[in-house]
This record gives sequence, C-alpha cells and structure tokens, in this order.
Amino acid sequence: MAMATPAPVLRMSGIGKQFPGVRALDGVDLRLLPGEVHALMGENGAGKSTLIKVLTGVHQADEGAIELAGRSVAFGSPLEARQAGISTVYQEVNLCTNLSVAENILIGREPRRWGRIDWKRMRARARELLARLELDLDVSAPLSAYSLAIQQMVAIARALDVEARVLILDEPTSSLDADEVGQLFRVMRRLKDDGIAILFVSHFLDQVYEISDRMTILRNGRLVGEYPTRELSQVDLVAKMIGQELAALDRLHGEAAAFDRPLVEARELGRAGAIEPFTLTIHEGEVVGLAGLLGSGRTEVARLLFGADHAGGGRVAVGGAPASLRTPRAAMGHGIAFCSENRKADGLIPDLTVRENIILALQATRGWTRPVPREQQDELVERYVKALRISPPNPEHLVRDLSGGNQQKVLLARWLILEPRLLILDEPTRGIDVGAKTEIQRLVAELSGGGMAVLFISAELEEVLRLSHKVAVLRDRRLVAELPNGPELTTDVLMETIASGGRT
Amino acid sequence: MAAMRRLIWPLLILAALLLVNVAFIPGFLSVEVREGHLYGSLIDILRFGAPLILVSLGMTLVIATGGIDLSVGSVVAISGALACLQLSQDQGVFTAIVLALGLSTLLGAWNGFLVAGIGIQPIIATLILMVAGRGLAQLITDGQIITVNDPAYKLIGGGYWLTVPFGVLVVLAVLAITAFLTRRLALGLLIESVGGNAEASRLAGIRARGIIVMVYAFAALCAGVAGLMISSNVSSADGNNAGLWIELDAILAVVIGGTSLAGGRFSLGGTVLGALIIQTLTTTIYSVGVPPETTLLFKALVVAAVCLVQSPAFREKVFHRRRRPSSARPAEEKVRVTA
Repeated sequence: MAMATPAPVLRMSGIGKQFPGVRALDGVDLRLLPGEVHALMGENGAGKSTLIKVLTGVHQADEGAIELAGRSVAFGSPLEARQAGISTVYQEVNLCTNLSVAENILIGREPRRWGRIDWKRMRARARELLARLELDLDVSAPLSAYSLAIQQMVAIARALDVEARVLILDEPTSSLDADEVGQLFRVMRRLKDDGIAILFVSHFLDQVYEISDRMTILRNGRLVGEYPTRELSQVDLVAKMIGQELAALDRLHGEAAAFDRPLVEARELGRAGAIEPFTLTIHEGEVVGLAGLLGSGRTEVARLLFGADHAGGGRVAVGGAPASLRTPRAAMGHGIAFCSENRKADGLIPDLTVRENIILALQATRGWTRPVPREQQDELVERYVKALRISPPNPEHLVRDLSGGNQQKVLLARWLILEPRLLILDEPTRGIDVGAKTEIQRLVAELSGGGMAVLFISAELEEVLRLSHKVAVLRDRRLVAELPNGPELTTDVLMETIASGGRT
Repeated sequence: MAAMRRLIWPLLILAALLLVNVAFIPGFLSVEVREGHLYGSLIDILRFGAPLILVSLGMTLVIATGGIDLSVGSVVAISGALACLQLSQDQGVFTAIVLALGLSTLLGAWNGFLVAGIGIQPIIATLILMVAGRGLAQLITDGQIITVNDPAYKLIGGGYWLTVPFGVLVVLAVLAITAFLTRRLALGLLIESVGGNAEASRLAGIRARGIIVMVYAFAALCAGVAGLMISSNVSSADGNNAGLWIELDAILAVVIGGTSLAGGRFSLGGTVLGALIIQTLTTTIYSVGVPPETTLLFKALVVAAVCLVQSPAFREKVFHRRRRPSSARPAEEKVRVTA
C-alpha cells in the first residue's frame, strides 16, 4: 500500500489549551488524511477529549491553528464545526430512544413542506442515509426497538447527514460485543472508501490495530508522535502512552490455590428473565472471574449477589449461615460490596465532592444520625486518594470534573474503606487507560492475597485469566461452566467454552 | 468559600431592594425600641417573612431530594384551623399546638409515603393534598372563620419576647435545628446524594425511602408551625385563604437561594435570603406605590430579573464581550436557576 501521502483534509498545529490550574494541551499537532482511520491514543487525562473538543468547537484553543481542506478555520460552536463537515459521535450515544429512527437521524433538520414536516421525505432520506451504512431498518420504529450497536450506527448516520469530511468516533465500541464491533468496522471501512477521514478513539488495543491506518499518541497534553499503525508494535504503543516500559503483564496468580473456607454460597439463585438459577461458591481470598459475552448475564449475577435486584428463587449462605440479600443494604451488612459497571448511572453522585463520594457507603451504613467525624473522613480519603493515585489529588473537587479512570477509582475507594469480605467488581477497567488498568488489577491481586474474596467481571478474557483463581463462564443467561485457572486454561479454551456452552 | 460565592448574588439583590426602599421611605433602615418591642420596617420584614422562611426551609430539603411539595399551603391552613378549633373548644394552648403539629407531620409523612413508598411523582402526590387539604381545613372549621382570643396563642405570631418578635425567634430555632441535622449530622449528605442520583444512592446502601418520608414530614411540620404563626397573628383560622399560594413563594425562595430544582446540592442560607428577598419585594411594592392592580405583574418582572441575573449562562451571554479576553473561564458551571 505504498502510496504518495495525499494532502491532509484536516491539520491542527501547535494546539494549546489552558484550563484553570491545568495545561490540558501543549503544542499538539494532528493530521487527518482523507480516507483513513486515524486512532487518537493516550491515557485518561492525556488530552484526547480536550483535543476533540477543540476540534469540534466545544472549546476554543488558546494557541495554534486549525486548517480544514487547506483553509484556516476557527469554530465558535459545535454547530459551526458540523456545518463545516466535522461530525462527532460521542461515547454515550445521545439519541432519543423514544423517537423513531428517522426522527433521530434528521432531528433539527426535518424536511419541510409549507412549514410542516414532510414525513414521507423524511423517512426516505433516513433510509437513504442508512443504506449508505448498509443498514436496512424500519425507520418509523422507535429507536429503543434496536440494540445499542444499531443505535450507534444511527448516531453515525445522523452525523453523516451533513456533508461530513471528518467523522470523530469517541469510544464507539465500549458497549458493543464482538459481532457488533465487526458490524461497526464494516461501516467504518465503507466510509473510508468514500474518502471520509475517521478519527477513532478506543481503549481496546486490538480494535485499534484492526481498524486504524495511522495513530497519533498524546501524553500529559503533549504530542508523543504520529505513527503508521503497522510500524508500531503494541508493546511500543503502550510504552509510549504511559511513558515507561511496562512490566511484563503475566498472570498475577500462578496456580489455582486450594480454598477451603466458603464465604458466599449461592444455591439455585435466579431471577426470571435475567439469569437462570445458578450455583456458585466463592471462597475467602479467592478471585472468581465471570466470563461471557455482553448480555450473557454477568451483571445480573453480580446484582443478585448484592441484592440490587430481588432473586426469584434460590438460597444464599454467607459464612455458612443462610442470608437474605434482599436489598443492597442487607448485602452490605454481610460484608458484600458492589462496584457497578455503569459508574455514571449506578455509582457516583456527580454533584458531590470526591470526599463525599468516597465516604458515602460508610456513612450509609452508619445512618444519618452518626456522621463520620471530619478528621476520620479526611484521613480515610487522603489515604485512598494517595493509594489509588486519584488525580487531581484534591478531595474537595467535584466528581463530575474527574476523568473516567479517576471516577472509577473514587468508586473503588468508596467500597474499599468498608473493608468488605466480598468485593464484586463489574467491569472495573472498562473505558480506562492502561496504566490505571494495571493498577486496579494489581490491587485486586493484593486484596485477595489479604483474604478478601473478589468476583471479577470483565469483557476482556485476558484480564479475567490473569486475575482469577477460578472462572465461571456464562452464556445466554446461564452459568455453563466453572473452570479452575491453570496453565491449561487459555483464552482460546474460554472462548470455546463460551461458544459451545460448555457442552464439549 | 464556594458556598459564599453562591450567596453573593442573593445578597446583592437583597441589598438592592433595600436601597430602593431607602430611597422611597426616609428612615427605612432605622430600628428603635418602642414599648419594649423592636420596631421598624426591617423588623416588619422579618416578622411578616417568618412563615415564608419556615415553609421555604422545609421546601429546600424536599427540593434537594429531587422532589417538590405543593401541599404546604394547605397544611398551613389545616394546622391553623385545627389549633383554633381546639382553642375554641377550650382546650389548652399546648394541646392545640401539639395536635396541630402532629397532624401536619402526619400529612407530610403521607406525602412521603406516596412519593417513596408508592412511587408517585412528587408534583402529583403533593397535588392531592394541596387540593384535598383545603377541603380538610374547611371541614375542620366547618366552613366558618374561627376566631380565638388566647394571649398565649397570640404570642406565637404576634407577640414579642425579649423585645424580639417571637416568630423570628422560632425561625432562628428551626434554622439552627435544620442546620444541625443536615450539616452537623449526615442528613444533608444523604439528602444531596439521593437528590443527586437516586439509584446510585440505593446501591451505596442509603435507605432513600426513610429519608424521603422524613423530609416531606419535616416540610409539613415547618408548614404547620407557619400555619400556627399566621393564624395566631390574625387570631383566627381561615381555611380558604390561610397560606394561599405560599408554596409558590417558597419554591421561588428556594430557587433564588441557589438550590437546583433538579435536586442535589442545597443551601439553607440561600433559602433564607431568597425568602427575605420575596418578603422585601412585597414591602417594596407598597413603598414604591405600585398601583394595586399591577402588583402581581411587577412582582413577576422583578422575580424574572432576579432569576436571570443569577443564571451563570445568562450572565455569560450578556457580559460575553467584557469577559472574552480571559478565555480561561471555569469550564462548566451548572445553571442553578431554572425558574
């Protein structure tokens, strides 16, 4: 594929952006060529989001210049950027699921006749745009009738309605399963062939290597470099992102050790429509991994064990005695903690400070009449802010202003100060950068070494294998196998088990 | 410090309103002791504003949980009606007060039960009592206006203690208790957490149901005390008109005070300022001499202006050019005023 480099459709040079107290971007360059998928790589807080916001007119750069198709531009608002041909699909799909597919695609730009919406033309136009993505949907059906992956495509279709020359996809795959990712990538390749430059942000390295042509790496608001994807190995990429040689990521637990003190025993626990009755024993000091595809019932198992949902049937024993886990509070009484996968909706209180968010569960267990003394709060919070390297290390910062990885650490700290006996971690490393990821993995290993049981849920099989003593495999809302971890258990074996449903 | 900065706008607005009054009424700011009582326009604002401040304090906590209570006006009427009925039947003042406040609290707990136990939207749940409560008050007074003549009862809303209007002292006491419960104890944190994200709070082990019931009961209790004050001041109970539309003034006071209608962070000091602003505005209308038929319009215009001035988004727009050179402005500040 050796070819002359075409003129970039977009060139950002020397971009600098200062926020109060933080230099978010400092002399960053970015070039996008027509018809390429360009990955923007960096840890959380490296400046990826800020760069995208500058490009899309959400923020104005303090320094530097932006050229679009050779013309110097400066966008005062996202609308101006869109009209110039820069469209963005954000991580959280921000569509209205109660409206129809066609309405979502053309919202604000409905074709009109005599001042009234021309529904026929609207549906036709929506179908046309979807056809460009090789999608054939019922455009008058409500968007909620379709899966998250399809919704993501609809968001892309909406972005493409205006003559897009640059398409920005910010973490488009974080909530998609493998098939859906494949579907998305097919669409991306098609758009690439149309000459659109795609800026792709993702934490999944494999996906970056599968789809991208070139990449730009940022670190601490500065440009590390621009590389053709094929010429940069994954190890080099990670090293450049975190700025240090990453210690070999080997298994944190060698062998399945013998665990003989059962902590939580679930017998035929189930909930109609969510998860078939399952039996699972978690021992003290044991890390149990839950593997399975998206929607296989991983989160549902966790929610039942935490009492977040009512179980339809079955029994649970904690420490040998029968226990009733009807509410989160009851589960907490038995020393069970649950870090939800959806930290925005089910985890953090965005308007409260880091300190308040961290002590929230502890305060809840004490009730409102016995406040945690301020000195104790400060001491606990300071300890965990330091231990988990929460940044910025200011306990009075609002949680809403923290990056995703740091929010995750705040949530983790909330549960760690309770010193639970069983810690349920649902996708604790999703959407966070490599450095924070290894930190959290190390922490899990450390905690289980100290006798805490951990139920670890992750979509990344490598991660599950590296951490777990035992892996429970879920498929189609059924627990199909329980495999002790050992040298013979590989991701291939796991995938096979998931695919075959444990029947072989 | 951040809390102080949030209070700066309500403070400025209040100061501006007072200045207008000073311009129209000479000696507006003078306070003197007459016949052993503090006397002056400022004292009147505090005295007549006392019931509104009370109702607004309760409303603040309800709004902080993400709810709203439309029924406080009716509770004001019910409380006054029951107390006056008891007095007119020769019960003691103490019994009358306990019964009236007990019933108020019970009605508030009912609101809380509808919201947290059954899951009815707060605006609908409290609308039920707002409408039915007027009927209940009528039922208690048998459709009449009950007049009472009890010096001890008169003290609550019309009396003085140590030269200070008794109602003002009651307000100070309730404010102190509320501040203690929410800021010294952990009630405030849990309320803000429930209002900020109800599901996340549940998963953090907070018993939101109990907190919500308590908050609505507290709001009704405050309204009950306000009802005693209002009926005591005029020595009668009027089931139809006592506390009419006070819920709207209270909601306004909370919003002017900087608490978001979406729930979450709340400010008791802001609410007190908000209520004082509304009361001062009423006084201003008289002192400026706004024609009676346009008072409501005048009030609406001032309130709209107050809300706009407080909205960071609006200030940003209006003072855009002046602020432009320093582009390092705080990235996102939540627009707190939505009314």
